[in-house]
Amino acid sequence: MTMAAPDDATLDAADGATPSPAVAPAPMRAGERWSWTPYLLSLPGIALCAVFLLVPLAMTALLSLNSFSFYGGIADVWKLDNYADILADSYFHEIFLRTFRIAALVTLFCAALGAPQAYILRRMTAPWRSLCLLIVLGPLLISVVSRTLGWALLLGSTGLLNQGLLALGLIATPIEFMYTETGVVIALIHVLVPFMVLSVWASLQRLDPQVENAAMSLGAGPTTVLRRIVFPQIVPGILSGSIIVFALAASAFATPAIIGGRRLKVAATLAYDEFLNTLNWPLGATVAILLLLANIVIIVGCNRLVERRYKQVFE
Amino acid sequence: MNRNGPLALIFNALFLGFLLAPILVVCAVAFTPDGYLSLPTKGVSLRWFKAIGDNPEFVRAFKDSLLLGVASSTLAIIVAVPAALAIARHKFPGREAVQALFLSPLMVPHIVLGIAFLRFFTQIGLGGTFVGLVLSHVVIILPFALRLILAASTGMDRSIENAAASLGASAWTSFRRVTLPLILPGVASGWVLAFINSFDEVTMTVFIASPETTTLPVRLFLYIQDNIDPLVAAVSALLIFMTVAAMLVLDRVYGLERLLVGRGRD
Repeated sequence: MTMAAPDDATLDAADGATPSPAVAPAPMRAGERWSWTPYLLSLPGIALCAVFLLVPLAMTALLSLNSFSFYGGIADVWKLDNYADILADSYFHEIFLRTFRIAALVTLFCAALGAPQAYILRRMTAPWRSLCLLIVLGPLLISVVSRTLGWALLLGSTGLLNQGLLALGLIATPIEFMYTETGVVIALIHVLVPFMVLSVWASLQRLDPQVENAAMSLGAGPTTVLRRIVFPQIVPGILSGSIIVFALAASAFATPAIIGGRRLKVAATLAYDEFLNTLNWPLGATVAILLLLANIVIIVGCNRLVERRYKQVFE
Repeated sequence: MNRNGPLALIFNALFLGFLLAPILVVCAVAFTPDGYLSLPTKGVSLRWFKAIGDNPEFVRAFKDSLLLGVASSTLAIIVAVPAALAIARHKFPGREAVQALFLSPLMVPHIVLGIAFLRFFTQIGLGGTFVGLVLSHVVIILPFALRLILAASTGMDRSIENAAASLGASAWTSFRRVTLPLILPGVASGWVLAFINSFDEVTMTVFIASPETTTLPVRLFLYIQDNIDPLVAAVSALLIFMTVAAMLVLDRVYGLERLLVGRGRD
């Protein structure tokens, strides 16, 4: 009779976004044999995901190979022409480059702001910590449209931000944030920074405060403790948070659509326009498939890299 | 004892201010007595909240959203409970693959899902229907429901079930009278979290909603694209108040901190 050792709570690096219960499989009881029960229990879910996730995605992949003309509509040809078009056209280059630039900036700022905030939260005492954590993470549950509307109100040329800056005499004429990349970046940081805090918070949970105390008792100053003890241990948290933030920023739709407007297109709003305005479904599907591939490469690829590089931290 | 220095506290205050600013602005603008966007407002008035009631499109979208949220999160729970029990208690070949499949909707950007469902539903004749909306929402909220139920059923004490079985309870009776009550907090909060996610979803839904069947966030999004007035602020404020109410319920049932950050060590 063997008892399976319970898995150590290993951090699934992509999971900073949502609480990940450490699921240790129930140890097999003596005499438990192979049975159909678990398969029957999970059958409805498997059927649902297969029919309503895998099939639609496969159909989209096929659609991206079709061709489109304004008079003939969608034609059943199977070519990579749409992909070639996107690779060749500088109009698309600009949009994808902008998407990448926005996502990179958002990720950078989220890391620079979210990681210190998580550390500060950890050093807070009981009632304040819960309250601040609630304010930081609560917005995750609030509709993205409502939050982005708030930014549209703040960032407009007569918005509060410009009013404040003008009143303080810091600027002479209103700065235009709406329909600019700066505006989109600011709003996206707001939408996504809670994910970074969550991820860094998770890695801080594993940090033993005694190690910090030991360093200090050995004569290390606060900066040395931060640099040599705390920082190296939360790097995996920052990296996995960055993966989540980057992936979500690169595929964000509502925020760039509202703040960026119709002119400042990113990949997601491009796909939307191709589908619902231009009606060039095959091209829209191609953009979607490219986004999906990029997402999978980033999430899976970077997770592997982070896990390998910081193996000792995860164990 | 480690304490935050003054600089850290200032950083914290600015950070929280940054996160709260747009939410507070929306709420402030929603109470404006003026007929246009103005900040700061001169008084407090509920006229724009009354105006929502006079706008049949928003009212219908609100009702549709509620119905969609209730239907899809209930269905998601019905699918997730047996699946969570299978994963939490059985070791079977393909267990990891099954779990990955259930969580995979988290990996696919919603914009891609919207396009995929639009293509799929128009091909099979579900385009623009309420059934299509419900099915697509079940898929995207399933991971959230599953995670909480999984956490509840993994930590569960099984000896009570064994006792029930040894006292002659059938599998169904033991599930209904023992297992379900024990995992109920996880199931209830899984339902609420699923509901919130369905109710707030916009990116995917904007593709598959039709003018006849649409949700409140989609209606709001399309309206904002054309113009921004106090009416949309009032609708947004209403959404924010509802979310805060749901958060209070979740806090009571499950503990918001535990829900958002998982079970911390302290």
